[in-house]
Amino acid sequence: MTIGTTKGGSRTGTGRPRRGTGANAGRPHAALALPGVLFFLFFAAVPMVLAFCLSFTEWNGLGNPRPAGLANWRKLFDDDRLTQSLTVTVLLTVVSWAFQTVVSMLLGVWAAGRQRNRAILSAIFFVPFLLSSTAISLLFYALLDPNFGIIHGDTLGSTNGAFLAIVFVGGWQFIPFHTLIYQGGARQIPEVLYQAAAIDGAGRYRRFFSITLPQLRNTATTSGVLMVVGSLTYFETVLILTQGGPGTDTAILPYLMYEAGFKSYDFGYASAIASFLVVAATALSLLLVRLSGFGTMRSTREGM
Amino acid sequence: MESTTSNGGRAFSRRWVLGAGATTLVAAGTAGLTACGSSGGSGGGGALTAFVYGDDAAKIQVAAIDRFNSSAAAKKAKGKIKLEKVPGSEYPAKLRTAMGSPNAPDIFFNWGGGSIKAYRDAKQLVDLTDTITSDPVLKSGFLPSVITAGGIGGHNYGIPMRGMQPVILFYNKSLFAERKLQPPTTWDQLLDINTKLKKAGITPFALGGSDIWPELMWLEYLVDRIGGPQVFDRIKNGDASGWGDPAVLKAAQTVKQLIDDGAFGKGFNSVAYTNGGAPAVFAKGKAAMHLMGSWEYSTQLGKFPDFARKSLGWTAFPTIEGGAGDIRNVVGNPTNYWSINARTSNKDAALAFLRDCASETYAKALIANGDIPTTTNAESLLDASPNPEFAKFQYKMVQNAPAFTLSWDQAVDPNVSTPMLTEVNKLFVGKSTPSQFVSALQGLK
Repeated sequence: MTIGTTKGGSRTGTGRPRRGTGANAGRPHAALALPGVLFFLFFAAVPMVLAFCLSFTEWNGLGNPRPAGLANWRKLFDDDRLTQSLTVTVLLTVVSWAFQTVVSMLLGVWAAGRQRNRAILSAIFFVPFLLSSTAISLLFYALLDPNFGIIHGDTLGSTNGAFLAIVFVGGWQFIPFHTLIYQGGARQIPEVLYQAAAIDGAGRYRRFFSITLPQLRNTATTSGVLMVVGSLTYFETVLILTQGGPGTDTAILPYLMYEAGFKSYDFGYASAIASFLVVAATALSLLLVRLSGFGTMRSTREGM
Repeated sequence: MESTTSNGGRAFSRRWVLGAGATTLVAAGTAGLTACGSSGGSGGGGALTAFVYGDDAAKIQVAAIDRFNSSAAAKKAKGKIKLEKVPGSEYPAKLRTAMGSPNAPDIFFNWGGGSIKAYRDAKQLVDLTDTITSDPVLKSGFLPSVITAGGIGGHNYGIPMRGMQPVILFYNKSLFAERKLQPPTTWDQLLDINTKLKKAGITPFALGGSDIWPELMWLEYLVDRIGGPQVFDRIKNGDASGWGDPAVLKAAQTVKQLIDDGAFGKGFNSVAYTNGGAPAVFAKGKAAMHLMGSWEYSTQLGKFPDFARKSLGWTAFPTIEGGAGDIRNVVGNPTNYWSINARTSNKDAALAFLRDCASETYAKALIANGDIPTTTNAESLLDASPNPEFAKFQYKMVQNAPAFTLSWDQAVDPNVSTPMLTEVNKLFVGKSTPSQFVSALQGLK
């Protein structure tokens, strides 16, 4: 596909001078978007449509899919596991968001300071984000062994333990990234605000809650959207750490889909779950865009 | 997307779009073809493709194929074989995808039973039943229980090609000797040993519960010892009401008692076999026994060689008072099999290659690797094994077994085994009671 992109790009290069019109001057030619659009069509839109079609069939991967009407969808909405899975997915998203936001905001604001020790430490903090999530999950899987690990209890065998383990491992990996975002956000806050507050006699905590926090509103939105979208795809962590267990208590939607497709080879049902996931994720991101769009209408520098 | 429509939707020429689109399509198509080419289709050149599970043991298959390709049999059948090693954990999914595509392998590794049922139903397998009965080399070449265990409904679709993997009750000999204990042969003895071990602060059994399949081994043996092999046989042949057999409920209750008594220790649901947790608990003497497949020996030899050589003991799973199952019955994976794709271009070459699995050379290669072949000629060769004592125990165990029950998760279709493993896990973590377990399994079809 790399070849395709480059070729498309070079064609754009030859095409542009020929078409250069005054009205479009200063803006890139729309054709520049073509490789990207085609890429999206081939690797996202077409598979999505195919999966949707497949959800009306019965197929185990061999021979031809047999039409099954609405059977998969009926099964989906009758499935107790879907309800459970939705609950777990939403819960995981909310808890991860809360955990990661609090920790990474505090760390980010701390790391925004110009002291040398902070610069060194924040470079070290960033390391977990560079590891693959599979490696991280395997590492914690070994660390959670009750006989030789760090916690001498049945962490993965209890519902809360397994759930919190996933939240923690996800956080451990992604907090560094969000710390970086908050660090950038905090460094952009004008120094004058703090100087003015200091003259007014505001203390360290008052300055944090009255200046830093409100000024980080847009940063929080950005990082929040990334966290929510990220926690919808926590798949590897769940696959390696809990396999959806104990029982089915941590089987989030992507895991349920994987299990139906690549363990039971029920591709029709897996496609129905996948289509449902697309609808749910789209609805969620629309909702987030709405909410965050509302937030960005107002400047954070009002009155400056 | 939006910029295309709002800004330049009409701005660029139609020819341009078609040109760029076609370039992309061609490039994508070429990439696709290249990918197919490298995965080695069966078409062209006459070479047959064989898929094998790509672990360390695959080197034996590599050698066997090299030998076959230069043999007279290959020349006679005018066929050569090309081996493709598929990484272990991806094997079943990769095989399924390949078998549904035009680039299907001609010969492929499998676990028999449920693992090939979907291919049988799609008429993608060569039925080897008549071939085996009419060919003396194949007919008398393998242990009958092993050939039978991999079949479906009395038909055979596979030739045994790796070592046997019965599930064995391993115990720590030194620890048993210190406490003057004998390995159990009846369930009462086992419970008695449990009590004594717990008093001494030792967990009776290591169990890698987070992998789930080690938990399944307990149920497999308990159901066999309580109700006999015919209980699961019925289920395997598609009768889900077979789960309603009283033996299944009794087995689940027995498991529940063991858990409640602390026979597996407290955190067993967080212990894994695959990352070495359970073998370490066992090797370090924190647990005294371990119900595991015969590969436990090589696992321990690799990780804790001293323990494996000095303290590792093995015995059959005990009988249960009043139970119908013979102590000689075995559960586990009889072996792995080669099956032939019905669409193969050269069935004769494939069959000629499969015949080699019964040869003495092949058996010797397996033995040198520490495996116990399922061939009838293996017994006299076992002295060459790295541990002849263990090898002979295993061979005798399988040879004398009135019934060899294939691991449940391999014996049934994947769309049954996946929810079945989930239910097993629920039972072990206490999310469902024995009777809920039984009724959930009855609902699987």
